[in-house]
Amino acid sequence: MASCVHRIEVHYTKDPRLKTRTDRIRSLGFPVSELNLIDVYTITSGLHDFSAVDLNQIGLQLCNPVVQEFLSDQPTLINFDYAIEVGFLPGVTDNVGTTARQMIEDFFPGAEVAVYTSQLFCVSGKLSSGLLQNLASTLANPLVNRVHVKTRQEYGISGMDRVVPLVQLHELPVAGEVDLNIDDQELSRLGKEGIKDPLTHQRRGPLALDLAQLHAIRNYFVIQGRSPRDVELESLAQTWSEHCKHTIFASAMDEDVPDGLYKTYIQAATNKIRKEKGVKDICLTVFTDNSGAIIFDDHFLVTHKVETHNSPSALDPFGGALTGIVGVNRDTIGFGLGAKPCINVYGYCVGDPESDPALFRGRDKSNPILSPRRILDGVVHGVGVGGNCSGIPTPQGWVYFDNRYVGKPLVFAGTVGVMPRELAGRKLYEKQAEPGDLIVVAGGRVGKDGIHGATFSSEALDPGSPVTAVQIGDPITQKKLSDVIVKEARDLGLYRSITDNGAGGISCSVAEMAKECNGCRVSLEKVPLKYPGMAPWEIWISESQERMTLAVQPENLDAFMELMVRREVEAMVIGEFSDSGRCIVEFHGDVVMDIELAFLHDGLPKKHLASRYTKKIYPEPTSPCPDRLDATLLAVLRRRNICSKEFVSVQYDHTVQGGHVLGPFQGKGRVQAMATLTKVVPGSRKGVGLSQGMFPSYSEIDPYRMAAAGIDTAIRGLIGLGIPLDAIAILDNFCWCSSDDPERLGQLKRAAKGCYDVSTAFGTPFISGKDSMYNDFSGYDADNNPVKVSVPPTLLISSIGIHPDVVTSVSIDAKIEGDLVYLVGTTKEELGGSEYFAYLGCAGNIVPELDPGLVKAYYQRLTNTILHGLVASACPVTRGGLGVTLGMVAIAGQLGMDLFVPSAIRPDYFLFSESLGRFIVTVSSDNRLAFEQALGEDAVLIGKVTGSNLRINGTHLLLDVPVSELENAYKTPFKEY
Amino acid sequence: MNAAHTPLTTFPGKDTASGPGLVEEKALIMSGFGINSEMETQEVLLRAGMGSDIVHINDLIDGRTKLRHYRLMVFPGGFSYGDDTGAGNAFANRVRNNLWNDVKEFIEGDNLVLGICNGFQILANLGLVPAFDRGFARDIALMPNRKGVLECRFVTLKPAAANLWTKGIERICCPVAHGEGNFTCSPDTLCRLRKQEMIAFTYCREDLSPANGEYPYNPNGSVEDIAGIVSADGRVLGLMPHPERAMEFVNLYDWPLRKEQMIRDGMVVPDESLNMQLFRNIVDYFR
Repeated sequence: MASCVHRIEVHYTKDPRLKTRTDRIRSLGFPVSELNLIDVYTITSGLHDFSAVDLNQIGLQLCNPVVQEFLSDQPTLINFDYAIEVGFLPGVTDNVGTTARQMIEDFFPGAEVAVYTSQLFCVSGKLSSGLLQNLASTLANPLVNRVHVKTRQEYGISGMDRVVPLVQLHELPVAGEVDLNIDDQELSRLGKEGIKDPLTHQRRGPLALDLAQLHAIRNYFVIQGRSPRDVELESLAQTWSEHCKHTIFASAMDEDVPDGLYKTYIQAATNKIRKEKGVKDICLTVFTDNSGAIIFDDHFLVTHKVETHNSPSALDPFGGALTGIVGVNRDTIGFGLGAKPCINVYGYCVGDPESDPALFRGRDKSNPILSPRRILDGVVHGVGVGGNCSGIPTPQGWVYFDNRYVGKPLVFAGTVGVMPRELAGRKLYEKQAEPGDLIVVAGGRVGKDGIHGATFSSEALDPGSPVTAVQIGDPITQKKLSDVIVKEARDLGLYRSITDNGAGGISCSVAEMAKECNGCRVSLEKVPLKYPGMAPWEIWISESQERMTLAVQPENLDAFMELMVRREVEAMVIGEFSDSGRCIVEFHGDVVMDIELAFLHDGLPKKHLASRYTKKIYPEPTSPCPDRLDATLLAVLRRRNICSKEFVSVQYDHTVQGGHVLGPFQGKGRVQAMATLTKVVPGSRKGVGLSQGMFPSYSEIDPYRMAAAGIDTAIRGLIGLGIPLDAIAILDNFCWCSSDDPERLGQLKRAAKGCYDVSTAFGTPFISGKDSMYNDFSGYDADNNPVKVSVPPTLLISSIGIHPDVVTSVSIDAKIEGDLVYLVGTTKEELGGSEYFAYLGCAGNIVPELDPGLVKAYYQRLTNTILHGLVASACPVTRGGLGVTLGMVAIAGQLGMDLFVPSAIRPDYFLFSESLGRFIVTVSSDNRLAFEQALGEDAVLIGKVTGSNLRINGTHLLLDVPVSELENAYKTPFKEY
Repeated sequence: MNAAHTPLTTFPGKDTASGPGLVEEKALIMSGFGINSEMETQEVLLRAGMGSDIVHINDLIDGRTKLRHYRLMVFPGGFSYGDDTGAGNAFANRVRNNLWNDVKEFIEGDNLVLGICNGFQILANLGLVPAFDRGFARDIALMPNRKGVLECRFVTLKPAAANLWTKGIERICCPVAHGEGNFTCSPDTLCRLRKQEMIAFTYCREDLSPANGEYPYNPNGSVEDIAGIVSADGRVLGLMPHPERAMEFVNLYDWPLRKEQMIRDGMVVPDESLNMQLFRNIVDYFR
């Protein structure tokens, strides 16, 4: 088909972004005098061709005549030296193209068109061919984009070529048998590199099955008396992947953890806490569903889930992060019978954005890694587009820099959901597919995108990492799906169960739901595809986004399907749930998979892991304490892990849904707070507080204390808002490295033990968690030397708490001249892994220690003083210590402080120690007595809010800096981002 | 102990409507294809005294719901069609290609139309503002922000004309959250907007002095700091910022400081924000 190809080019008559765009490219080192941008729509029509008049109509619909012009089938003729056109590779999601197609089809009913968009960059300036090449690769990502470059002369009067990136598959859509009767070496290779395609003889990409697992599969099929089909092997690989089964956390470890780390330290902690709390238990659903859920009030519950999307973001930061955030949105929509996403959170660990390390996935400088700056820009944009387009506020998040994230960035994306606990007698947080229910897939279509995503994130990134793992989310398709599920179908009771399609696609979602009723039968040819020619195994495991799988009662099918048609959400019955005990998959009548559910879910061989822990000793600093600390404080405020990352938060809509109470910026000085508060139920006085703690710089020194610090910090963020300890729950995200190394497992075990001890002492249950165990990069430097870069063991603890009455909450900024300043909690000489020691160039050994019993007592008293209006501001003391916190409180309030600090500890250590359990609190002098009575010796009066300088005295004047100078230091580093 | 605040509004409808109850006339709040602020828009109207239905545009196209049963049509904020092909453009095309007669009939009646953010972008693409001489041409554009990215921040607005929308309003303090809000038009159009007093709200500094194009007070580069305009007949308002997202006192950016100051001055901390006046004005039109 596709006989007629047209090209419409749209450009601004006066582009408002021209200066910003040009400046940005110039700042990256390209001597460009102007960078113009033209939007290109390549349109193919099927049966009938468009006339010139038709094309004029289409052009008018695609542009805004007030400020834009379009040309159809003729090139834009402006002044430039080079033209660089960036489009998508065949099969890559093209959201603008989809919208344009819908508009054209709406205008010409019955027309069958395809629209492919691209961007034409017209570059003015003299560039060497090398620089031109660099510019092209800055504007495009070879994994998702196609690029065509022409000089002005080559462009001539005919312009760029018309390119139609049509997917053309020449595969045999059948399910072949795989012979497992091969030697162990070949078997290992099968696990590592994948099934050999009978046509191309190429390996299809890693199954990530180890030898023991492959033996178990071979034994199973020996008993069945047949060889496995490729669909079955791929399906087992997905279901048994580290990503889905969490084998590291599930397996026995050493002699003392026979039930595995998860059951022993995470689940057991929650069970213990829930039992002890009895009727005061806040948990509704923990660990079993797509998100964890706690009670919001008598009528509503809130859910929370934090995911990572690390490997895809290393390859395509924008697409990877976008897919990550819309994916975790589906963990909300797929919770119970469907919760409404109401808050997004993010966290990024990346390398030094000013560096451009020469690291390559392949030999001979092939397949270079993306620079940290490109990764940062891409992931910031991806999460932003996901949340903004979906109408979900993104108030809460952080960015952390360390060069060990250079090969594999960590991208955390989380979503809080809200839903009624019950509706018309149904508990909305419970679901149950029944035998006979129809399996319905709704949302986006299936393509080759994302194939081997689940197994791939279980492997370290190396030269063989499959490129088909890259996918780009389509938030609007998902928004339509989300709206119809959460706002309509759920409350009409049109389905009995729902789950999202993430890793492993329908192979995982259908098999997972089949557990509810014990069986399923699927016909793969019914799955809607983006393009013909896909093999059954690909359809089964594809991770194409924006899809949910539902169990619809036969009697509701017509109503369900009619609603989907009205909302333009594609839905298809692909099979039926059963109680056969088997997962049966057919393709055009041929049974291509027939495996017992028991084997599919529980057949993987048990492992026994061995761990080892060696305490490492790091150098301590030797420099003496400076006499004055003015310059030191300014330098620490300027550090990337301390300073303002306002450029991220400001791109994220944090006010949509109308629940903004305490957002990412606080005070006149717009300081980024570590906790936020959002109303999620209109009319309720209550709000949802969110915070987090993560201390990768402590991990190598003391992983147990690292975990304790994470939990304390996450909780303390909420305590500072006035949220009572017993209304707080937490989530864990372990992002480890080299998890086959016993030393790394030793660190993991200590961190997990820390999680148990601290969460049970606080009584804050874990409600959800996720792990990603192989965050390593293996590649080469420019001289072909092998290089391995592993992330520091990173544990993110996220907290969620319910504020009883948001108007009583407090922000971090100093508010009124004359207010008293208190330091709550004890400061010790604990600077191991601190920002100050990093500034001094060493790690140290004394990581802050937590006594949860001790701090818990005054946390509760502090919350009470906040809820009773005794406190004007509260700011937790975290990374960077007291000095940084005092600076932030002053900058936020645009007010100075005059303070005196005790002298038992070396002054610089006192100001920059990261001891846990501390707050800076400001209190009106009217409330002095009541506050001091409540806090007793746990709060020390250190001075008052006054003037326009931050002045700190010890045995002598330690520092005296204008707040404006502090603000400058805090806000300058990322000003140009 | 200072606890001089009164309870927040508990639930809309009964407790909140301090004045008279709900008006009989209803609002239609458009939804679908990525519009996303319909719930808070419904909430704010209810608190101001007007009931509404959230209606998917396809239900209007199918004729399941009729526009003529409503007196106020709202295009709420959102990201219809992901801003693809220009913010508001694709949704406006959908309206123009499928609902244009109904919309024309609606605006010929004694009805009001409100478009906020993406809604304003849709109104501009439909030509419902400025709608000189009922021509419905595209005369204004909301271009990409000067800084080239979406920005979410609180801004201050002041009324620039006296009309049914701005009555009794001294200022609006609320968020903007858009990538394309950079108001522009031809010099002739600007002249007419001024002459016919159609510029409804402008961005300004906190002391209400003009932003004069200065970032971040004017967050997007809009000509003459224009944040919102009305149609020539005055019955359509398009506004980039989001007053519906700051309907309560605790939604305001600086509420923690203001609360502290009010308590110390012995004042009562209010429940709702000054932004409610805009929505009361709309509802008052129907009283």
